[in-house]
Amino acid sequence: MTILIAGALLAVLGLVFGGVLTFANKKFHVEIDERVAQVRECLGGANCGACGYAGCDAFAAAVVAGDAPVNGCTPAGQKGADAIGKIMGKSANAGERMVARVLCQGESGIAKERYQYDGYQSCATAAGLAGGPKDCRFACLGLGDCMDKCAFDAIRMENGIAHIDAEKCTACGMCVKTCPRSVIRLLPLSQSVMVRCRNSDTARTARAVCMDACIGCGRCKKECQYDAIVVENGYARILPDKCTRCGACAAVCPCKCITIEGAKTAEAAS
Amino acid sequence: MQTKTFRRGIHPLHHMHEGKGPTRDLKTREYVSDTVVISMAMNIGAPAKPCVKKGDHVDIGQVIGEAQGFMSVPVHASVSGEVVSVDSIPSLGAGNVQAVTIKNDFSDTWVELHPLGNVEKVDPKAVIPAIQAAGITGMGGASFPTHVKLTFQAGKTCDTIIVNGAECETHLTADFRLMLEHSTRIVDGLRAVMRALNVKKGVIGIEDNKPEAIEAMQKAAQGREGVSIQPLKTKYPQGGEKQLIEAITGRQVPSGGLPIDAHVVVLNVGTCAAIADAVIDGKPLISRICTVTGAVRKPANLLLRIGTITEDVIGECGGYSETPGKIVFGGMMTGICAPNDQMPIFKSTNGIVVLGDKESRSKDESPCIHCGRCVAACPIGLNPYQIKVAADKSDFATAEKLHVMDCILCGSCAYQCPSRRWLTPSFKFCKDHITAEAKAKAAAAKERASAGLSNASDSKDKGSKEKQSADHASNKEGGANK
Repeated sequence: MTILIAGALLAVLGLVFGGVLTFANKKFHVEIDERVAQVRECLGGANCGACGYAGCDAFAAAVVAGDAPVNGCTPAGQKGADAIGKIMGKSANAGERMVARVLCQGESGIAKERYQYDGYQSCATAAGLAGGPKDCRFACLGLGDCMDKCAFDAIRMENGIAHIDAEKCTACGMCVKTCPRSVIRLLPLSQSVMVRCRNSDTARTARAVCMDACIGCGRCKKECQYDAIVVENGYARILPDKCTRCGACAAVCPCKCITIEGAKTAEAAS
Repeated sequence: MQTKTFRRGIHPLHHMHEGKGPTRDLKTREYVSDTVVISMAMNIGAPAKPCVKKGDHVDIGQVIGEAQGFMSVPVHASVSGEVVSVDSIPSLGAGNVQAVTIKNDFSDTWVELHPLGNVEKVDPKAVIPAIQAAGITGMGGASFPTHVKLTFQAGKTCDTIIVNGAECETHLTADFRLMLEHSTRIVDGLRAVMRALNVKKGVIGIEDNKPEAIEAMQKAAQGREGVSIQPLKTKYPQGGEKQLIEAITGRQVPSGGLPIDAHVVVLNVGTCAAIADAVIDGKPLISRICTVTGAVRKPANLLLRIGTITEDVIGECGGYSETPGKIVFGGMMTGICAPNDQMPIFKSTNGIVVLGDKESRSKDESPCIHCGRCVAACPIGLNPYQIKVAADKSDFATAEKLHVMDCILCGSCAYQCPSRRWLTPSFKFCKDHITAEAKAKAAAAKERASAGLSNASDSKDKGSKEKQSADHASNKEGGANK
């Protein structure tokens, strides 16, 4: 008999609570756009903040609310933008794929050392100690602040400077923000020819502090048939939309500070 | 008299009398080199702007760098002679600074001075302008412009002026020698400030490992209105301003506050002596006492002209006694390493400690064993080991919650740590980062406010971009300020 009362009591309790839950579910229902979760799935997921929102969730909500562009997530790239566009019913073009590049070749032995640094392993701290351990005030310090920030494991430190793996880089820009020397820039992936130096000091000073410094001599500019090189502030810069990646500039550079990533174009190779 | 102190703290190099032995009993002697390089950025805040050019002849005390705004002080020529060059030199912090190089002609001609006379009779309103005109900054190491310290916001009151003669840093004896040799000057400077601020109480705090200084200062303070001497226990960081205030008045400076929030102004003994020079003789700050010790043949207390090059100073002290590894500007606990021996002396350089190559090498850190010695050492009452965990993960939000911003970077925790963990450098890293971020946020907020509400959605996007560039700018600025 007792077991029956207990069973009945449990059943009644179950029904009562079930009823309360059902009522609460209907009464306090919050409309969630399921597209938010779908959009969230398509994002890079690094919470890098490159979109300007406070993380991936906030960006996904903003996309669905129509405040943010569907191609706003740089780490997700074209693939992600397409997927989000499909969900939102908009066509999206992520634009030219960008990649972070280290514009410095001042490896240890090439850039002159001002002093031996054995303090706290952070570029920001080292840069604050007598201008940093390298004589060049524009040089990559190579202590890895950017590497620590990179959520995609695309940066490694070698010979005292940072190297970025273009395959893994999603152009989220965290390293760009972190670098105390502003030596990392976001450039279009197609701009494979670049001047890897931003030393705006005079040629003599630049050369005195680094073997690979751009001295702004202008030989590359003379050599370039496409007017794709400008020499400003004491260093050369390549205009990506004019450059045909022929590689003529790199061949004449006396300081070897113009480098070519990947293969040359077919036209130039032939 | 009873000795007072603060809670916690450490006893660095206690077994060797805080390393002060070699220079403690050496009388200060003057050394003037034939060339000086005078940096324009010797104070926290805006650097001065050079107002002389190559080939100019300058007299001692002539203004060679004009102050730029309120948070800035003028720079004066410390020798007479010809300006050899005006160019940029590396600073102790980030980036380069402007500097004026003067070749000394040893004629020692002064510019015309405007003395204000006896400190007890001087017009109180004239004192602070005279301090600013004399280019006086805090001479204990932080180089905060003194006139800014003495000008506080409306509503804040000051009832005590504390003069810091603790000199708790290891190795340094510059303040000790100053107290012995120029005790009346220090009291004069203190009286000038007391009259300028209309404060009735002035206390000079001196650690009890300097009984001679206590005696000399007591003699000098006799018959001076409101001035008293307070012996303090020998403990590090007794000379930190928050610790001094706690020891002498029993008050605590609130988190994030300044000494004025505890109704106190703290001045270094060197600053007081410089104030006396400025008021009584009208002389600007052109020289200071500096202890040169460590791996040099003849350690000494030297009266140096501002801008004397380290190499010359070391030469005057008989050269290096072994291969130098590090040259520390300031004491061993809070000093900054100079990149080479071409660095000139600043207004705040109270010591040069040379470390031999072997003893200067940093050691690798080992894991925390949770012994709690850092907690027992921290004079502020922080939990250094916890903050270090957050700092290692670059988790600045947690570090801020653990009050890393209240850290005074005294190095007590790192000194005590048996695992040799890099506690203080990582806190400095956190503090720099948080300050830079706050600056960037403020800049972005200002930008948004000026963009107006009409294009609110547009400005959101712009704001974030501005923030990125501002972050860079403030990162560099933050470095330069140190």
